[in-house]
Amino acid sequence: MSASSAFNDEKGGSSSVGEPEYGHDPASGGIFSSDYKRHDDLKEMLDSNKDSLKLEAMKRIVAMIARGKNASDLFPAVVKNVACKNIEVKKLVYVYLVRYAEEQQDLALLSISTFQRGLKDPNQLIRASALRVLSSIRVTIIVPIMMLAIKEAASDMSPYVRKTAAHAIPKLYSLDPEQKDQLIEVIEKLLADKTTLVAGSVVMAFEEVCPERIDLIHKNYRKLCNLLIDVEEWGQVVIINMLTRYARTQFLNPNINESLLEEGGSGDKTFYGSDEDEDEDEEEKEKKAEAAAMAKRKPYVMDPDHRLLLRNTKPLLQSRNAAVVMAVAQLYFHLAPKAEVGVIAKALVRLLRSHSEVQYVVLQNVATMSIKRRGMFEPYLKSFYIRSTDPTQIKVLKLEVLTNLANETNISTILREFQTYIKSMDKDFVAATIQAIGRCATNISEVRDTCLNGLVQLLSNRDELVVAESVVVIKKLLQMQPEKHSDIIKHMAKLTDNIQVPMARASILWLIGEYCEHVPKIAPDVLRKMAKSFTNEEDIVKLQIINLAAKLYLTNSKQTKLLTQYVLNLAKYDQNYDIRDRARFIRQLIVPTEKSGALSKYAKKLFLALKPAPILESPFKDRDHFQLGSLSHLLNAKAGGYQELPDWPEAAPDPSVRNVEVPEWTKCSSREKRKEKKVEKPFYTDSEGESGPTESADSESDSASGSESSSGSEESGSGSESEESKEASESEEEEEEEEEEQKKKKKKDLKKPVQESESEQSSEEEERKHQRKSKPRKSESESESDEDEESESESSQSESEDSESEAEVKKKKKVQTRTAEPKPPPKPLKKESKKEKKEMSLLDLDDFEPAPSPQVTPVNTFLSNSLVTDLEGLSLSDSVLSPATIAPSSTLKSYELLHRITGEGLSVEYCFSRQPFSPDANMVAVQMQFTNNASSDTKNLHIEDVKLQSGMRVKEFPEIELLPAGETATAVMGIDFCDSTQAANFQLCTHTRKFFVSIQPPVGELMRPVFLTENEFKKEQGQLMGMNEITEKLTLDVKCRNEHAIVQRVTTAANLSRVPCGSDKECRFAGRTVTSGSLVLVTVATKEEGAAQLTVNCEKMVIGTMLVKDILQALTQ
Amino acid sequence: MIHSLFLINHLGDIFLEKHWKSVISRSVCDYFFEAREKAVDPENVPPVLQTPHHYLISIYRGKLFFLSVIQTEVPPLFVIEFLHRVADTFQDYFGGCSESVISDNVVIVYELLEEMLDNGFPLATESNVLKEMIRPPNILRSVVNTLTGGSNVGETLPQGQLSNIPWRRAGVKYTNNEAYFDVTEEIDAIVDKSGTTVSAEIQGVIEACVKLSGMPDLTMSFMNPRLLDDVSFHPCVRFRRWESERILSFIPPDGNFTLMTYHISSQNLVAIPVYVKQSISFFEAGSCGRLDITIGPKQTMGKTVEDLKVTVHMPKAVLNANLTASQGNYTYDFTTKLLVWDIGKLNPQKLPNLRGSLSMQTGVPNPEENPSLNIDLKIQQLAISGLKVSRLDMYGETYKPFKGVKYVTKAGKFQVRT
Repeated sequence: MSASSAFNDEKGGSSSVGEPEYGHDPASGGIFSSDYKRHDDLKEMLDSNKDSLKLEAMKRIVAMIARGKNASDLFPAVVKNVACKNIEVKKLVYVYLVRYAEEQQDLALLSISTFQRGLKDPNQLIRASALRVLSSIRVTIIVPIMMLAIKEAASDMSPYVRKTAAHAIPKLYSLDPEQKDQLIEVIEKLLADKTTLVAGSVVMAFEEVCPERIDLIHKNYRKLCNLLIDVEEWGQVVIINMLTRYARTQFLNPNINESLLEEGGSGDKTFYGSDEDEDEDEEEKEKKAEAAAMAKRKPYVMDPDHRLLLRNTKPLLQSRNAAVVMAVAQLYFHLAPKAEVGVIAKALVRLLRSHSEVQYVVLQNVATMSIKRRGMFEPYLKSFYIRSTDPTQIKVLKLEVLTNLANETNISTILREFQTYIKSMDKDFVAATIQAIGRCATNISEVRDTCLNGLVQLLSNRDELVVAESVVVIKKLLQMQPEKHSDIIKHMAKLTDNIQVPMARASILWLIGEYCEHVPKIAPDVLRKMAKSFTNEEDIVKLQIINLAAKLYLTNSKQTKLLTQYVLNLAKYDQNYDIRDRARFIRQLIVPTEKSGALSKYAKKLFLALKPAPILESPFKDRDHFQLGSLSHLLNAKAGGYQELPDWPEAAPDPSVRNVEVPEWTKCSSREKRKEKKVEKPFYTDSEGESGPTESADSESDSASGSESSSGSEESGSGSESEESKEASESEEEEEEEEEEQKKKKKKDLKKPVQESESEQSSEEEERKHQRKSKPRKSESESESDEDEESESESSQSESEDSESEAEVKKKKKVQTRTAEPKPPPKPLKKESKKEKKEMSLLDLDDFEPAPSPQVTPVNTFLSNSLVTDLEGLSLSDSVLSPATIAPSSTLKSYELLHRITGEGLSVEYCFSRQPFSPDANMVAVQMQFTNNASSDTKNLHIEDVKLQSGMRVKEFPEIELLPAGETATAVMGIDFCDSTQAANFQLCTHTRKFFVSIQPPVGELMRPVFLTENEFKKEQGQLMGMNEITEKLTLDVKCRNEHAIVQRVTTAANLSRVPCGSDKECRFAGRTVTSGSLVLVTVATKEEGAAQLTVNCEKMVIGTMLVKDILQALTQ
Repeated sequence: MIHSLFLINHLGDIFLEKHWKSVISRSVCDYFFEAREKAVDPENVPPVLQTPHHYLISIYRGKLFFLSVIQTEVPPLFVIEFLHRVADTFQDYFGGCSESVISDNVVIVYELLEEMLDNGFPLATESNVLKEMIRPPNILRSVVNTLTGGSNVGETLPQGQLSNIPWRRAGVKYTNNEAYFDVTEEIDAIVDKSGTTVSAEIQGVIEACVKLSGMPDLTMSFMNPRLLDDVSFHPCVRFRRWESERILSFIPPDGNFTLMTYHISSQNLVAIPVYVKQSISFFEAGSCGRLDITIGPKQTMGKTVEDLKVTVHMPKAVLNANLTASQGNYTYDFTTKLLVWDIGKLNPQKLPNLRGSLSMQTGVPNPEENPSLNIDLKIQQLAISGLKVSRLDMYGETYKPFKGVKYVTKAGKFQVRT
């Protein structure tokens, strides 16, 4: 017994209040007046000093509110108590306030200051409840106050208060939708919260305020997945539903390869779909076939984030909360690969033991699922058997599921079950059963006859409803193949003597009329009988008698002419105007008179047209376009606020958006970088003096520091390890130094056309004399260029990597998995991340990313001009001997194909090696270097799903079986670009992942050098005049005013060979495009003061124009 | 989410309303009453109704309708599950969930509803948390409160609300530390006319009553855990541990709770403890019928079957039953057409039998379907699936708790078709 009733007992009759009063009509006079009295009484109590009296008054007021009575006139008296010390009184005042504030806005404002004070209270419970009530008061004036309070609470220390803030967001939003932008900011902030307490509530706010801002989820996706199991159950439901939608926009359809099989291959499907069904599906099928064909080229690899979601939700199938189980079930249904969806069946079947309302909802969803994925529920067939004690709505739904699950193997058991159901006392259920039998019969041809026989037997049932329903179903079944079943039609004709249900009689008559040619003898007889009883029939039967008469008249007028006339005459004087109209209409049509128009000619066509067989299909078909488990799905209509489940994307959006940066890391790395620079500075300034041009030194230091700091930042991923990491990087330096030495030796032995790197080395040698320590800095950038040309240097590098201490490697990996650096994202992201990105690119650009323009800007071009000159001649003489390696001096620019972070540890760079591609001379050789920075081995590296412009071809590199962690491998692939700069797009596949990559060649790489004599050159040039010649005037760059520099720059920009030339004012180059072999001739004529003229002669004007542009840029910068 | 809640009694009176957002007029319930009218039985009212501006989601519990008003898309199960949780909480607080109980405690009910939902979104549904915020009523406290002016409302935020184990309150202390577990299994079966089992499933539940001080960490292991392949757990159970070792490891809530439920599906072989021989027939002539039911033990694993009861829902045409029972007694309710035969203990030596004649309404065609029999029974100290708890260990606390496990098998939806 509560205190309130105790109090009432005590008070006795003093007040005319009391529990027994509810149910009375408050409007009736007597009670109305007593209401007034009572309120006075309550006011007195509220004004008193005693808390117990106040409490009592509040309890009675709340009881009034609960019963839906108006207590608004007490508002001033109640609001006074908002600051009451007694916590229960206070709570009840809050209840009252929230209920009536909307009606009495001015008075409600009086209480606001109390809440504002409460917001600052040291007790988190009070802070939270103050915010809760404040945000529940629906008074527009206080919107700014609410906004402020929410913002403050969102950064409160107590997670409980933050949770309350999340709850307050949708309240404010519904009060004033214009606050949306500000609220989104708060949501964004709260989404980043790491406590489970907040997660559910903020996602709920997200769903209500800005469900379209899916981009806010990216960064929090993994966190939400991982927190999910610890979130309270209601939050789980909301989060799972939201993540389902999210996953549909971000990942690829895991069933894309199977969708075709599913449609065509499941064998029994063909039995199932009636013909119409299939036609309908045809288009869809085609689409799917296309998709599948597309998919066939690439095996589907699930995004690890997609997998994460599936893995982390699966345990929740074991939740005690039916809503959670359902949420997971729908997530699996919509997102999981077909093979894995099965797990949900068991859990859903378990829910069938729950309350009948739960059963109702679950069965609706099972019905939808069982159409798409029959196999899933087949093992649980018996769990859907119907008990006589089930409510009818449950019975009907179970019946629906059973019908969907029926196939050749289980149909006999199902039909046996149906037989018991037909005897049920629940007639609605029996009718549904009969329809279900009809559907089974249409779907499974084997049992069609059995079903028909069973239904025919039902025709003798005592219950009219049953008979009528069976007749209707039989009619539909017969319509599908009437010729086989003339005996049933005969049987039904006999039934007309007994069956009295109008609907059934009408159906029989329609059948006989429709298929009168199958029962030529009986039909006229039936008409005779019907004519006799015409006047006593129900209206729908009469209409069908007229129809029957008309049809018979058209087919068998000899026998039935008189009968028809008789029936029509009877109908003419019928009481029902419908029947009179019909008779008149039909007479005009079938009985030819002079007045009858053209229509009567077509009477036969009108009446005996082939009618399409009705389709018996599940009402749950195609309901799965609604998200399962949703209200909209249940009602099969879009409910307000329903968020459409998006279709799978064709191509997965960039997965790296979900990568989360560790905030300390960015700070740390930038600090590290600064430190590093400081260390570097002194010796660079040192070397600057010696090594000539300042610029080169700068660019070097940049690249070096870039590479260094990137490794540095990797190590510094966890701040605590920074000490170690420094050591490690030092040891690395030493090692690199050694490696440098080795390389040098090798190179000297080789002395091949690697002039550039040689030159670089020599310049380094100079440096080395002054500052030994500076060398390792360069090693990286140098080795980079080396690798591109020589496999030897690569092996040496990989060796060096091997030699790295294991701990070091491990650390790297660890960091790799943790840190993540976004590629330029497809969507604009929030400011914060942008900033971070900028920092990152500063760190990494020099290391990996190519300059934005395709033009090659070699790092070491200007190092030692004299050396280049010296070697120039050498290269020329060499080139005569071996044209294959004619490639003149140039450092090969390498481009990034896959960044190690996007590639999850796998990084790929490529360069145009300028070697002839031996398998196919028309292809450009692309040398790729794979580096596995991840902690695990990468297997089966290969190319797939090449998307090319027409005419282009790709010769893939042989699959790399295994790329152990930390290893590097190279491969050469050939691409025939068809002399265009269109990109070749393809997927780079590992055993787990696929990456979309593309290679776009600079125009200069689309040609191979040819050797021409001066005379040949002039001759060819003479033939490529006019439109094929492009001339541009230019002013040469200051540093590029001698021959060698020009040669250097031109050959770097384009893969051409130099043509000997008598004049020292002219430099000539020649090459042929790789695919078509069109000549490309380049002439650079120098004049005074750096002025020059560039002439390009090329058959292909497009190539020519582009080449001019590129060379111009190379020469002027 | 949930906009408003109306409690409606079986007569169709709204006796409580609560709004979490702006007030919605009671007239919205008219749509529900209409549907209620249409459905003959209260359980046939569709749980989800669509009205022009709102959606109504209702549950039917203890002859009351809990009707919630929804305005926008929300998973229907979410609401249904929540409403059941509300009803469970009432049951927990007041020991019942009827109109009179709720009306008597209307203030506490209101306070509870206020705490359970905020702006229509569930806030605190764990009974342990709620009980700390709003103390359940009892006579002693209400007397004390009236004298001292104390209140039912807790002043601090329950610890559970903030911790990762919201189901357990902090600072629990008992003088007798005890943990009892009831393993209850219900057999859902359909047996056809000839006595063959059409389908049989077992629905098991482990209810716990744990009164342990401090923060005990319990593990429960089973002799034959592979029986349990379809389970659902209280949130306290560590799922990963179950996955890897098939051991239930959990920090229990304080007091009574359902630790887990499991389901042994019809694919497994389920023992049926009794068989039923019956013949019910109605004769066209003389408008009478004959009934003969005998029950015998089948697979009882050597235990006695108790509380045996047969319920038959007779066709409308049956006016009266004139029967003799060899054991127990029977009642026939003329208005509800319910024949109940209460047998009691099943004696394998002398099988109970009920036979006699049924008098039928004249002039009405005979019912075609024979009514099906619903069987109730109970077997103590047996879990029919064979499930056995092998160990219960406690970690984290030093005292020695008193432990106990009890097994019961009951008939769930056990139906014999005739």
